[in-house]
Amino acid sequence: MTTPTAPVLEAKGLVKVFGRVVGLNDVDLTLHPGEVLAVIGDNGAGKSTLIKCLSGALVPDRGSILVDGSEVNFKRPQDAREAGIETVYQTLAVAPALDIASNLFLAREIRRKGVLGSVFRMLDTGEMKRQASDHIKRLGISTLQNINQAVETLSGGQRQSVAVARAGAFGGRVVILDEPTAALGVRETGQVLKLVRDLRDQGLGIILISHNMPNVFDVADRIHIQRLGGCAGVITPQSHSMEDAVAIMTGAKKLVPEAG
Amino acid sequence: MTTHVDSEATPAPAEDFLNRPATPAQRIQSVLHRQPALSPAIVLVLAAIVFSLINDRFYALQNLSLVAQQVAVIGSLAVGQTVIILTAGIDLSIGAVMVLASLLMSKLVADNHLPGVLALLAGAAVAIAAQAVNGLLVTRIKLPPFIVTLGTLSIFTAITLIYAKGQTVSLDSGNILMWSADTVSIGQLNLTTGVLLMIALYAVVGYALRYTAWGRHLYAVGDDIEAARLAGISVNRVLLSAYVVGGFAIAVGAWILVGRVGGGDPNSGLNANLQSITAVVIGGTSLFGGRGVVLGSLIGALIVQVFVNGLALAGIDPNYQVLTVGVLVIAAVSVDQWIRSVKS
Repeated sequence: MTTPTAPVLEAKGLVKVFGRVVGLNDVDLTLHPGEVLAVIGDNGAGKSTLIKCLSGALVPDRGSILVDGSEVNFKRPQDAREAGIETVYQTLAVAPALDIASNLFLAREIRRKGVLGSVFRMLDTGEMKRQASDHIKRLGISTLQNINQAVETLSGGQRQSVAVARAGAFGGRVVILDEPTAALGVRETGQVLKLVRDLRDQGLGIILISHNMPNVFDVADRIHIQRLGGCAGVITPQSHSMEDAVAIMTGAKKLVPEAG
Repeated sequence: MTTHVDSEATPAPAEDFLNRPATPAQRIQSVLHRQPALSPAIVLVLAAIVFSLINDRFYALQNLSLVAQQVAVIGSLAVGQTVIILTAGIDLSIGAVMVLASLLMSKLVADNHLPGVLALLAGAAVAIAAQAVNGLLVTRIKLPPFIVTLGTLSIFTAITLIYAKGQTVSLDSGNILMWSADTVSIGQLNLTTGVLLMIALYAVVGYALRYTAWGRHLYAVGDDIEAARLAGISVNRVLLSAYVVGGFAIAVGAWILVGRVGGGDPNSGLNANLQSITAVVIGGTSLFGGRGVVLGSLIGALIVQVFVNGLALAGIDPNYQVLTVGVLVIAAVSVDQWIRSVKS
């Protein structure tokens, strides 16, 4: 299903070390618009480090990142967001005391029109709530009913839905999901995977980090396998079986010709 | 697809238990959780009722005016302290900076014959600069706010004493610095312009916290700093801004202090650091950050003053006033712990 378009996001030769620990060792990655690229790997294989570099949470020590063919230099998550890359983190990056609408618009609040907004910097809470509930409805997240509810009163799955909704609502080019379903039940997982497909069909590039092989083989167009800080190969659900993927991931098997 | 579990098969008894009606205690907890200023407001009203029953002079307008005037300095500082504590920080140096600023304002007029307006602006600039130092140490050197302000508490206190050379400064009443002590009568209630300045400070900062993106970001940073950073908030800028707003509140407090003392006194406001924290904590703001409102701190400052005043009118040994404030602080933090444990 790989589209022959120009990649929306590319990473070349990424290196990241933490003290003497090698997080990433010369990793390349290519993502096209309208595809789901899964990133799998054992614990400590560098999955999280890789996506943190792509989302601006970490600055790689070496290597370059290109968005739509031009090189970018992300210093903080805000830079990546401005380039149209939204990220959903494993750690439920939502502010517990704020309500759902405030969380959706956190760090991109809408101000009132006219003097109230420009001089008094007043927020347009009504407009933000309206848009938030539109987004949630459009994304079909039925578990979030009351947009005024504080996030701390939600379950882990619902909190993750808020984070996914935020990324889906504002992702311009790429949405990165780091273990988005790790804390979710089967029904909620199904909803998130459906959301992932919807976002892909809207033409976004999706990077999905997951431990769950059935989920990965269900939605991914291509699968990037991380092993010991490096890329052990890129496969597709058609070219390899789940067992192959696990074998490559754990080093039991080597991928000789690079697929995808 | 090996791990297929039918999600519809949730055991009914558990679902039933989850949807059980909230107990009265849980409902109270939930309301207090949404309205952090509510519990201190109830305490204030109850205290006022009890003290007016003990001594009917308590409700005399003259006495209430006195309470308001006595609360103005700590009340202003508490605004700055609230903003800092909302970020999960704390400022132990806030009172020391205020004394330094008030002494500078007074001395610039008395010794250097500067116009009052310039002296006022210079004092405000020093207060804001001192707080910027606190903020930069917290954000750049990554020191815990407690340690930073413990250090700067000693530094700013020492600078004040060195600068004062053991002398107090008194000002003539015509100066703009003394304007904060001018009486403003509303009916029988005799307030000072200082009290009105404090109320204006609450209005401005309360508005900013509630209705601007800056306020949202401040709460988000105090709530979960990592989540705020990942959401794209410039965490360091928000933290620094909290200390700078603290400096602004200190400047207002210093101006009111000059009016109350009648000039600059290096030994005034000795307990202001801890009193401002006391007001904030009693006012329902969580020391863990992210929860609380400035209005609560005003109520907290009033509660302390009402207890001190009411116990004095009841003819109770002043040592018991201190003891009572201590009990209030512990009670307030206990209530906060309980409220924070709220579940949906």
